[in-house]
Amino acid sequence: MTSIPVTPSSAASSDPEGPYLQVEDLQVTFPTQDGPVTAVKGLSYSVAKGQTLGIVGESGSGKSVSSMAVMGLHDAKSARISGSIRVGGTEIVGLGESRMRSLRGNSMAMIFQDALAALHPFYKIGKQLEEAYLVHHSSASKRDARRKAIEMLDRVGIPQPDRRVDDFPHQFSGGMRQRAMIAMGLINDPSLLIADEPTTALDVTVQAQILDLLQDLQREFNSAVIIITHDLGVIAEMADDVLVMYAGRCVEYGTTKQILTAPEMPYTWGLLSSIPDVRASTDARLIPIPGNPPSLLRPPSGCSFHPRCVHSDKVAGDLCSTELPELLPASSGTAHLRRCHLADPVGVYQSEVLPEIAPELVEETR
Amino acid sequence: MTQDPNTRAEVEPTEIGANAAETGERRLEDTHDVTADHEVPIGDLDFAAVAEHGHVAAERDPDAPAVLTVDNLKMYFPVKSSGLVRRTIGQVQAVDGISFEVPKGGSLGLVGESGCGKSTTGRLITRLYTPTGGSMMFEGQDLAKLSNREMKPLRRDVQMIFQDPYTSLNPRHTVGTIVGAPLEVHNIVPKKQVIPRVKELLEVVGLNPEHYNRYPNEFSGGQRQRIGIARALTLNPKILVADEPVSALDVSIQAQVVNLLQDIQREFDVAFLFIAHDLAIVRHFCPEIAVMYLGKIVEIGDRETIYSHPHHPYTQALLSAVPDVKQAAVGGRRERIRLEGDVPSPINPPSGCRFRTRCQFAQEICAKVEPPLLQIGKRHKVACHFAGELGAHPATPVTTEILGVDDQGSAVPGATPAARLSIPGYEKTWYDLDTKQTAGA
Repeated sequence: MTSIPVTPSSAASSDPEGPYLQVEDLQVTFPTQDGPVTAVKGLSYSVAKGQTLGIVGESGSGKSVSSMAVMGLHDAKSARISGSIRVGGTEIVGLGESRMRSLRGNSMAMIFQDALAALHPFYKIGKQLEEAYLVHHSSASKRDARRKAIEMLDRVGIPQPDRRVDDFPHQFSGGMRQRAMIAMGLINDPSLLIADEPTTALDVTVQAQILDLLQDLQREFNSAVIIITHDLGVIAEMADDVLVMYAGRCVEYGTTKQILTAPEMPYTWGLLSSIPDVRASTDARLIPIPGNPPSLLRPPSGCSFHPRCVHSDKVAGDLCSTELPELLPASSGTAHLRRCHLADPVGVYQSEVLPEIAPELVEETR
Repeated sequence: MTQDPNTRAEVEPTEIGANAAETGERRLEDTHDVTADHEVPIGDLDFAAVAEHGHVAAERDPDAPAVLTVDNLKMYFPVKSSGLVRRTIGQVQAVDGISFEVPKGGSLGLVGESGCGKSTTGRLITRLYTPTGGSMMFEGQDLAKLSNREMKPLRRDVQMIFQDPYTSLNPRHTVGTIVGAPLEVHNIVPKKQVIPRVKELLEVVGLNPEHYNRYPNEFSGGQRQRIGIARALTLNPKILVADEPVSALDVSIQAQVVNLLQDIQREFDVAFLFIAHDLAIVRHFCPEIAVMYLGKIVEIGDRETIYSHPHHPYTQALLSAVPDVKQAAVGGRRERIRLEGDVPSPINPPSGCRFRTRCQFAQEICAKVEPPLLQIGKRHKVACHFAGELGAHPATPVTTEILGVDDQGSAVPGATPAARLSIPGYEKTWYDLDTKQTAGA
């Protein structure tokens, strides 16, 4: 047990070639018995090397679908993907499976939520790591691969890696499995790492260890990281930029500080007000977002959040239910984008929302 | 090649009726959001009205008597050898001598890492397991000693809400059957009155009462959890054991369910034993919290003490590991205490203090003598030889005088250890850490 000093997350690296991952106007549609479902609509974002993007949203908001499109994991026969995804200059959309396979696991990798389900129960941990290495290093010998596997297990902090390499996944604890999966993802030094709810199933102490590990590894390999989570606390400590998704669309985008301290979209307010905080005042109310996430089969007209929005009465007429708001720059800066019709979101947040969810902050700002 | 299996098998879609949409049997234009239909409509969407419905953190009633008193409760699971003759070769000490009280209409939170025995405690109180030792006094009866037959009438007073709403509801029963089952088992109302009572309960949890003949698969996760809550409420219980009631739900839905549980607590005066690993939710719901580690309570106290002035190194580490939304204003990671390694096996727990293998303050005494759960404040007990606030842990053990040992943990000849150190509730006087004297209010 040691206290570690705080280090600020890696500053923006000025990459001359532009961001490593660039997603533009991404749309993913799946055919179903009841008609086509558009899971992701008009999504654009970019992540530079050494930067972390956090994607937040409820289940079904399209966070996982969009990142699986980046990994090329959708069935090409059924999923219809349009728009553009460029990874290190290579266009992914429409790329053939063999080219895709050489990229996947090599220059980009994914960490899944449930490590027990993502690891094969019949193969030893070491074998699964070696396989990931050998696929992309055809000249490497089995002994090299094994040495690399042990080195990676050591790197992610598994004790006695030379012995544990011959264990099966069920012999590992939950935190160790997650570490093994991170080792598998990083064995080929990918420049882009997508972590899909990497700590949701873990205890807080183990979660903190895994987040530390991810940050250390990112600093070491200078990779671009996308972290998908619904825990805003994890976002606050890990991400540089945040993308808030609702019903397949980006509803707010900005730096972590902008999104979590001066949000300008009622859905983000709802997310912030529906989680209690360990250090907040006990007078803070827990205000849920009313209703349920919409069905993507029949998305609501206009702004897709309007059936659950408690602030739509502040917008003149029935604009919210008839017209989809554009993703426009917010008042706190051009890098902060929001999709909302509200004329004065900052005023509403400061005067109405903040006193209920964080009374102690209001007194500070006065 | 197309993906449609019907084309390959050369079957007309109409013949099997699978592709109803294709044949135009289902009219898509008319359908609306089915899931939302299950719930009682929210009324007008006004922020002030919705905020009014949200609750602030629950407060403790200082005069509430204890409804459940758990004393030195133990649960050891046998470990059997393999082979034909399955001898017992060891024991998993899942819960090892814990004591606490749950106040009437109040709530006690139980937090800890997975495998610390918090769920086992919940299952002991509902008597899904028969405890190995100890007592659980509820309305003058010891739940630990009752036979299953004697237990049956008491089961209506102690009910449980389960973690996973997808596996805790029988998919082949309608909601009405699920919620009404306890009424029939306990023969409380005539059969004719079951349905009205079910409808009443569904309304209490905010579901449309007309939907009692639907099946669980038609409901969303949050709605299913409400059905589970309605079932637990059917018999008007006095205690509800809520085992991770919101951890399987989406963030925006979690708050709905927590608010519902607070509504229910106020309206029906139910006591809660709230088991969760999410420290923020527990802080909001429970005025009193017990922290467990490897089958033992290491610290117990009111909300203010546990979250602002924790004295046990484990509680401090646990709290410092929680990611904080407010960190966004500062940037970077918060300074925190790093716990090394994993929780030791409960089959062969460390000697003395069970936390010593991961504790940075551990000394010789920690391996020799187990620290007692010592009351050190009005409503604060801690089990540590070096109890102190973060950064102010004492250099010498604070428990030596009480235990009759020296600083290394060896017994001092002639010294008599105090006979009984922990009782389930709180005493009027306590051991003051600064003066090493018994103090009082």
